[in-house]
Amino acid sequence: MLTHIRPAIVLVGFFTLLTGVAYPLAMTAMAQAVFPAAAAGSLVEKSGTVVGSSLVGQQFTSDRYFHGRPSAVNYDASTSSGSNLAPSSSTLLEQVRARAAAYGGRNVPADLVTASGSGLDPDLSPEGAMMQVARVAAVRGVPEAKVGMLVQQHVQGPDLGILGEPRVNVLALNMALDEMKP
Amino acid sequence: MTSDLMQFALYCAVLVAVAVPLGAYMAKIYAGVPGVLVAIERPIFRLAGIDPHKEQTWQAYALAMLAFNAVGFALLFAILKFQDLLPFNPQHLPGLSAHLAFNTAISFVTNTNWQSYGGETTMSYLSQMVGLTTQNFVSAATGMAVAAGVARGLAARQKKTIGNFWADMTRSTLYILLPAAIVLTLVLVWQGVPQTLSPNAVATTLEGTQQTIAVGPVASQIAIKQLGTNGGGFFNVNSAHPFENPTAISNFLEMLSILVISAAFCFTFGRMVGDKRQGRALFAAMGVLFVLGFAGLYASEIATNPLHAPYVAAGSGNMEGKEVRFGIGNSALWIEATTAASNGSVNAMIDSFNPLGGMIAMVNIELGEVVFGGVGVGLTGMLLLVIVTVFLAGLMVGRTPEYLGKKIEAREIKLAALTLLIMPIGVLALSALAIVTGNAHGSVQDAGPHGLTELLYAYSSATGNNGSAFAGFSANVDWHNAWLGVAMLFARFGYIVPILAIAGSLGAKKTAPASSGTFPTHGPLFVTLLVVTILIVGALTFLPVLALGPIAEQVSIAAGQSF
Repeated sequence: MLTHIRPAIVLVGFFTLLTGVAYPLAMTAMAQAVFPAAAAGSLVEKSGTVVGSSLVGQQFTSDRYFHGRPSAVNYDASTSSGSNLAPSSSTLLEQVRARAAAYGGRNVPADLVTASGSGLDPDLSPEGAMMQVARVAAVRGVPEAKVGMLVQQHVQGPDLGILGEPRVNVLALNMALDEMKP
Repeated sequence: MTSDLMQFALYCAVLVAVAVPLGAYMAKIYAGVPGVLVAIERPIFRLAGIDPHKEQTWQAYALAMLAFNAVGFALLFAILKFQDLLPFNPQHLPGLSAHLAFNTAISFVTNTNWQSYGGETTMSYLSQMVGLTTQNFVSAATGMAVAAGVARGLAARQKKTIGNFWADMTRSTLYILLPAAIVLTLVLVWQGVPQTLSPNAVATTLEGTQQTIAVGPVASQIAIKQLGTNGGGFFNVNSAHPFENPTAISNFLEMLSILVISAAFCFTFGRMVGDKRQGRALFAAMGVLFVLGFAGLYASEIATNPLHAPYVAAGSGNMEGKEVRFGIGNSALWIEATTAASNGSVNAMIDSFNPLGGMIAMVNIELGEVVFGGVGVGLTGMLLLVIVTVFLAGLMVGRTPEYLGKKIEAREIKLAALTLLIMPIGVLALSALAIVTGNAHGSVQDAGPHGLTELLYAYSSATGNNGSAFAGFSANVDWHNAWLGVAMLFARFGYIVPILAIAGSLGAKKTAPASSGTFPTHGPLFVTLLVVTILIVGALTFLPVLALGPIAEQVSIAAGQSF
């Protein structure tokens, strides 16, 4: 055993320096040189102030905005979490029923009545966004067709035509909405 | 549906297309590095006093591995315990409690990466980089070295040595893991994964409230956590977090990274033992179990929860705990890959999967993490089951069992059979212990049969060195931190040491030429027998307790019962 102590200590030390210090620091330097905006968290600015990250969802409660998905952490991006409620949970059942009630109670797209995995889902399904067009249009006094068109313009994906699901980024959509009719 | 199946087919095709050449490359590395690379490693070996050409017996190989892991554990424990006194801690997070530091250090040294804590609220940047990322590399390299040693033992002809652990571990890191991680890091940053040492960003949202957005050196850790089948996330929700996994492209590449080295090891093995068909047969058996698991998970999640059916649009599936950008198909595929591969990272919350979907994830782990499995150790775990299978086949026809021309005798069978006891002890005995001592009830989140499933999943994940969780389970209490730590340690080395012993013992034996009486271990008949053996061993052990947990829950919700 003793003959193994020296190589063990030297190699743990060497790999700590190589993979624990040099690797992340070199990657940080390279990432910031090549993709500075992404490396910093894809932050979005509006007239000089940071309003969020294009990749991270944020809380919308006003009827003037499209609402993102339910979140177990109310979109607190310093502590991510899902609800982790069981499929047999009566708490979850009650939540689903109550959330569905806001959209007519039946036949609601699943993403509008369920909490996301991260609590920070930045997207809605196109169906989930379309469900909210009438409300947003009425509050803003804009024709529904115009708001619906804006949603359609913001549908992205599948990536490379095959990967993932079609989706609407809620922050981008709401910023476009503000621009169209403040 | 069609698009989901097309994505699955694309995934499988790309996996094979990358794994085959990677396997060939890895076989070259383990056969001795080409001249140009010697210049890189020579100074390190000299400093450490290692002669990379000096081969070790299986005992010396195992002792070197244990010594290396012991030193790694001590260093990581110290970093975590005292992170408050160390630099790179912009959020001023406190040091971890002794129980949590013990659990986490074992977890990362054993390549489990079970996380009793939430990353962004617990770990300083120094702990994440210097502590955890280092172990992400070297715990993976440890498993890869073990597989290389075992393959050499099976290929050897009357030879007592199985290679040099230090050389195998160092080369696995330098020439396989590190280059792959560098490329993947940059691709992930391009897709939007942050890589910064700045403290959390603060935004003023459109509605005028403050949002604190956790960032950090994320991409470098995510790259190696996938490639090394580690799975420990930077953030609490792991790869469901948009910063760990922002797009469907990042998702595809991360899923590929989860399986690719483990899959490649099948082909490496075939080359190292001088019969590529043997590697293909193992790949085929793993592939069959993988496709079966995916089919079950997908069918479970595309179905609407019967309790929610009155409110939810038909065909939109179970989206609780899932992200819109991944949907049902990519969430089911990820969970199949991560539980099959002993990776443990998640892009959706398994706790909220429909009961049978959650059960399939758990069964993947309970089969012993042999469906591709952890890097290196997935292959060696499968070889233990191969030995059990040839033994059963030998019993059926009344011949001495052989594998690769080596007679399998009482010593090998005893060692292999011993490892079959690890999962039942870790899962069933330790769960039972938690229940009878009253330590289960306080930690489970959900009432009814799901509560039992949460507990079972935690102990399955630890014993299988997987690391994923039914995250509603509160594991961060002294009892579970201690016992889950024991389970991880016991299982990791409880599999590795016996398979090294078997490799040493087989290596010393004569290799008999194949005769007409030899049972071939490369054809469809053997693959079928192997798959059936794996399923029967797993099913016999765990079916009763699965009936009390997930199966009871599925029957309940079908009958309209909630808890």
